[in-house]
Amino acid sequence: MDGVIKPMSLRNSIVFLRILIGWHFLYEGIIKMYNPEWTSYGYLASAQGPLKEVFLAMTNPSIINWIDALNVAALIIVGLTFTLGFFEKKGAIVAIGLLAMYYLAHPPFPWLEQINTEGNYWFVNKNLIELAACLIIYHLPTGDYFGLNRIFNRNKEEIKE
Amino acid sequence: MKWTRRDVLKGLGGLPIAGGIWWAAAANSVLSNKERSEILDQLNIEPSYPKSLPSIDGPPIRVGIIGFGGRGEDLCRSLGFATKEWLSRMEKAAQENPKHTALTDFLEQDKLNVKLVGVCDVFDKRAQKAMESFTTKETKFIRYKTHQDMITSGNVDAVIIATPDHWHAPMSIDALKNGVHVYVEKPMTHTIEETYRLKEAAEKSSARFMVGHQHRQTLSFKTAQDVIEKGTLGHISLIQTNTNRNDDNGAWNYHIDEDANEQTIDWDLFLGTAPKIPFNKNHFFRWRKWWEYGSGLSGDLLTHDYDRLNCVMNMGIPSSVSASGGIYTHNDGRNVPDVLQVNMEFPDYNIGSSQEKGKEKGMTFVYSATLGNGFSRPTILMGHDATMELGNRLIIWPDMSSTKYANLLEAKRMSPSKPIYQYDPGANVPDAISSATSQYFADKGLMWTYIDGARVDSTFLHLREWLSSIRNGGKLSCGIQEGFEEAITAHMAGLSYKLGRRIEWNTTDQKIKPIEGVDFDKVLLSNV
Repeated sequence: MDGVIKPMSLRNSIVFLRILIGWHFLYEGIIKMYNPEWTSYGYLASAQGPLKEVFLAMTNPSIINWIDALNVAALIIVGLTFTLGFFEKKGAIVAIGLLAMYYLAHPPFPWLEQINTEGNYWFVNKNLIELAACLIIYHLPTGDYFGLNRIFNRNKEEIKE
Repeated sequence: MKWTRRDVLKGLGGLPIAGGIWWAAAANSVLSNKERSEILDQLNIEPSYPKSLPSIDGPPIRVGIIGFGGRGEDLCRSLGFATKEWLSRMEKAAQENPKHTALTDFLEQDKLNVKLVGVCDVFDKRAQKAMESFTTKETKFIRYKTHQDMITSGNVDAVIIATPDHWHAPMSIDALKNGVHVYVEKPMTHTIEETYRLKEAAEKSSARFMVGHQHRQTLSFKTAQDVIEKGTLGHISLIQTNTNRNDDNGAWNYHIDEDANEQTIDWDLFLGTAPKIPFNKNHFFRWRKWWEYGSGLSGDLLTHDYDRLNCVMNMGIPSSVSASGGIYTHNDGRNVPDVLQVNMEFPDYNIGSSQEKGKEKGMTFVYSATLGNGFSRPTILMGHDATMELGNRLIIWPDMSSTKYANLLEAKRMSPSKPIYQYDPGANVPDAISSATSQYFADKGLMWTYIDGARVDSTFLHLREWLSSIRNGGKLSCGIQEGFEEAITAHMAGLSYKLGRRIEWNTTDQKIKPIEGVDFDKVLLSNV
């Protein structure tokens, strides 16, 4: 425990947020894992913005399979840590990194053409908002209230005794 | 262990959530994969693989280029020879815009075992340009005045002909008679009479003859062939192909060189068999606009669409052709139409049917063109069971009233609005967590227009096939028979437009049915 007093309603809200984000990541990761033909090639190849070259380099045939596997693994790791409530700080770091890459590959800057977006965005899009939400999860872990951490920490406390 | 019930509930509460999500995602994926593979299994379409050709061994094949205008330069680049001017222009373009890859594409192209040894062009400036760019220490590059000089020089094994249409057949015939291999641009001929003469010359000659319909190398077309043969579309009753252009270049108003004059252009040689008229720069550079040298939409552009489909469907020469149109968008002194609609009838065409025997037979092939609008109308093949869009990408939609797919449509496993097959070698559709549109843009097994990860120029492939066959033999994908069918069809369309009546083909005689009192070739060459 970090000693911060969390009112019940705030804590419950964060648990709710954490599970929703985990849900989103886990489902996406598993769908991709079970689809042998899925690849991030198109998303990377059509990248825009300041880091375009970096993303294009990732589409190199020699590494694209690794990039795909890492992406799926990262999605599942975030999904599991968030839904189950353990190592969620580490999970949040992975999530922030992943979302930052998604955001930067297709940044909603007004001078860039927006490809395949379902809404209208100006600098801020859903990736960025989800990233901000993951910052909250990072700073306010709730796994020891609702999650496997509650059980692990109990065990640790017992060992200390 | 002092766990309360609350500890267990809150500690393990995430497990059923995670488990549920995992199960849902896995079940969804497996189901959709299964449905998709069921459809694919049923369609059983085999994507095409790049053809492997025997290599061009031995001493380099010595090639001469006849006609070094726009297309002539393109063809030389596909052979591996670019002019100095082009190289420096492309270098500049690449510096200004890193996306401009023409130069790198050219440099990365596989090298062919050829030597470019000579040029024929009636315009001094163009011949000079070739001389300056292609003369090297190892290669003595020669300008020949006439094609006969080049062909009989003994220095040339093969020629590429990229002249105005009225020179295609005379040059091809002369080369073939001298055992010089020929690659000629489309349309293969300018008149009906010379079409038969060229056919005879090609059949008698030991030299290899190829018509420049390079799209026969496009892998999506080869895949389309498999689609049609397997009856995926059912009985095809209508094909629509189109030309949509709305710019000067597209309307054949090419650049007129400021150095062109009677001293720099051998005007009589340009005219050849065409009517003798005084020097005319407009006619020289924009020859496609006059029947005397070119053949307008039917020869320049219908031929592309016709051959594209003939390569996929093998339907041959139509039993009749009716065409209409006019000069509606570029009334600038031209005598070829700029709007043209051609209906080609194939009453006996039949590749099988999903309905009761005898109900379906025959189809119409529509070619519709305007030079006054650039809206992109795709090529569409309309079958009883499905519709196919044919281009570099290939998409198939089931038809709502299909007999073949009735069960799948009823079970909502197929829908008329959703493609059942896509072949798109150039696609890159964004897909990530933000847009979970799991599109099958990268049907990896189907990405074969890219050879070893590189986009390959189809003209290069077409030339390579021709060169390889010069050394190794083998059937050409666009030889004399394909060229004959293309040329006759184009001429039938031109005749129908000019005469305002239906032109019919006699399959038994392999001749256009005569019309009393009409000399077809005279009509084709006439200036109205």
